[in-house]
Amino acid sequence: MIRVVLPAHLRTLARVDGEVRLDVKGEVTQHSVLDALEARYPMLQGTIRDYGTLKRRAFVRFFACEQDLSHESPDALLPEAVATGAEPFLIVGAMAGG
Amino acid sequence: MSSIRLLVGTKKGAFILTSDGARKQWDVSGPHFAGWEMYHLKGSPVEPNRIYASQTSSWFGQIIQRSDDGGKTWHQPGTPPGEPTTTPDGMPKGESNKFVYDTSQETGKPLTTHQHYDGTQRPWEFKRVWHLEPSLTDPNTVYAGIEDAALFRSSDGGQTWQELSGLRDVKGSLWQPGAGGMCLHTIVQDPTNPRRIYIAISAAGTFRTDDGGMTWRAINRGLKSKYELPDPDAEVGHCVHRIAMHPTRPHVLFMQKHWDVMRSDDAGESWHEISGNLPTDFGFPIDVHAHEPETVYVVPIKNDSEHFPPDGKLRVYRSRTGGNEWEALTNGLPQRDCYVNVLRDAMTVDSLDPCGIYFGTSGGQVYGSANAGDSWTPIVRDLPPVLSVEVQTLL
Repeated sequence: MIRVVLPAHLRTLARVDGEVRLDVKGEVTQHSVLDALEARYPMLQGTIRDYGTLKRRAFVRFFACEQDLSHESPDALLPEAVATGAEPFLIVGAMAGG
Repeated sequence: MSSIRLLVGTKKGAFILTSDGARKQWDVSGPHFAGWEMYHLKGSPVEPNRIYASQTSSWFGQIIQRSDDGGKTWHQPGTPPGEPTTTPDGMPKGESNKFVYDTSQETGKPLTTHQHYDGTQRPWEFKRVWHLEPSLTDPNTVYAGIEDAALFRSSDGGQTWQELSGLRDVKGSLWQPGAGGMCLHTIVQDPTNPRRIYIAISAAGTFRTDDGGMTWRAINRGLKSKYELPDPDAEVGHCVHRIAMHPTRPHVLFMQKHWDVMRSDDAGESWHEISGNLPTDFGFPIDVHAHEPETVYVVPIKNDSEHFPPDGKLRVYRSRTGGNEWEALTNGLPQRDCYVNVLRDAMTVDSLDPCGIYFGTSGGQVYGSANAGDSWTPIVRDLPPVLSVEVQTLL
């Protein structure tokens, strides 16, 4: 079970409180986690990554295990602690004022 | 008893202001979608409780929201509450925020480039929805004006969107962003001819379709952009800020351009200047009195870098002669130390008699007049910066 923490605005859109728990088939990567997230919460499509290119939106960051994984390949394996559910995968809005 | 509902979009949420027909006491609801930029909200003329809203953020992109109960509750049209989030064949719903330019081979519209600030060519890139214009006849049909400039239409209540890509054929490579971005911000439907639509783009100009959006042509003859374009009479490239029409005279259009207030008496075939005695002819909004087609309102702004009223005096100007002769409306508006702006979508008129007129400012005030502008009162004073104001006259 993968644990995902969404920023407040996306929790509102997805109508969830707290962490989201997802079943991810196969390898646990940014790509597979976001696919599972968007399949469960289709209203989040386009809010984290671009609809067409699937590139991360510029002001969205991915953190886990005290690391910034935003610039890792979307197909790179996420840390083992995320894959086992010991640590959450954090989707956050970049610190950019506002 | 009639009532009034104002839909106010701000940089940090939406607010709904309601009053009875006297327009003296107002209830304030909001913020809805707190923290998001609410570029525009507008109700369907045929089903007033159907309201469409553009919710956007630099972080999380574009969301389309819809209310079917006059703004009490909202949902993303692609994922109605309580319904499965996937289609019977397993495909995810939730595409109401999917705005993809038409590049299909069937319609033969490659995604071309437009001019950037530095003169280089850039491909079209979706950024946000500036304006939503519900159909005059069908509550499920709504148009969206977007940045980078294009026109989209939904025929299923905002669940899915398709580009009317013929618009980009009209010398799109010469369009360029204005200071606010390359946005399609104005959509005006001809109430007597459902196949005729006018749109305006900063900075490309005004365009018209006579076949429901398949093909378009530029209608900018008479516009002069001496300081903005190398060819002041260019066919496209003008920074049109807003156009307005009175529904009983759809061939007469009024325009607030970057500089100049303009008028067309032939459905945009030609334009002539009506700035007359305005203290400055720069500004953003323009609107027409609900019952007097020759009564026009603008809010002069000092110039293109000083986006505030001249002399620190917030003045709406009214012409009762279709332009050229303008009077300042000041009663109830701050006449000293006022340095706010009024954006292009932030002025609107109701259809009561006497006509009500409303506008919102970058300082978070929404002013209203229940007597066609003769006097004004602040309805709210301390909202976030106001991006848009639309009124619904509910009978």
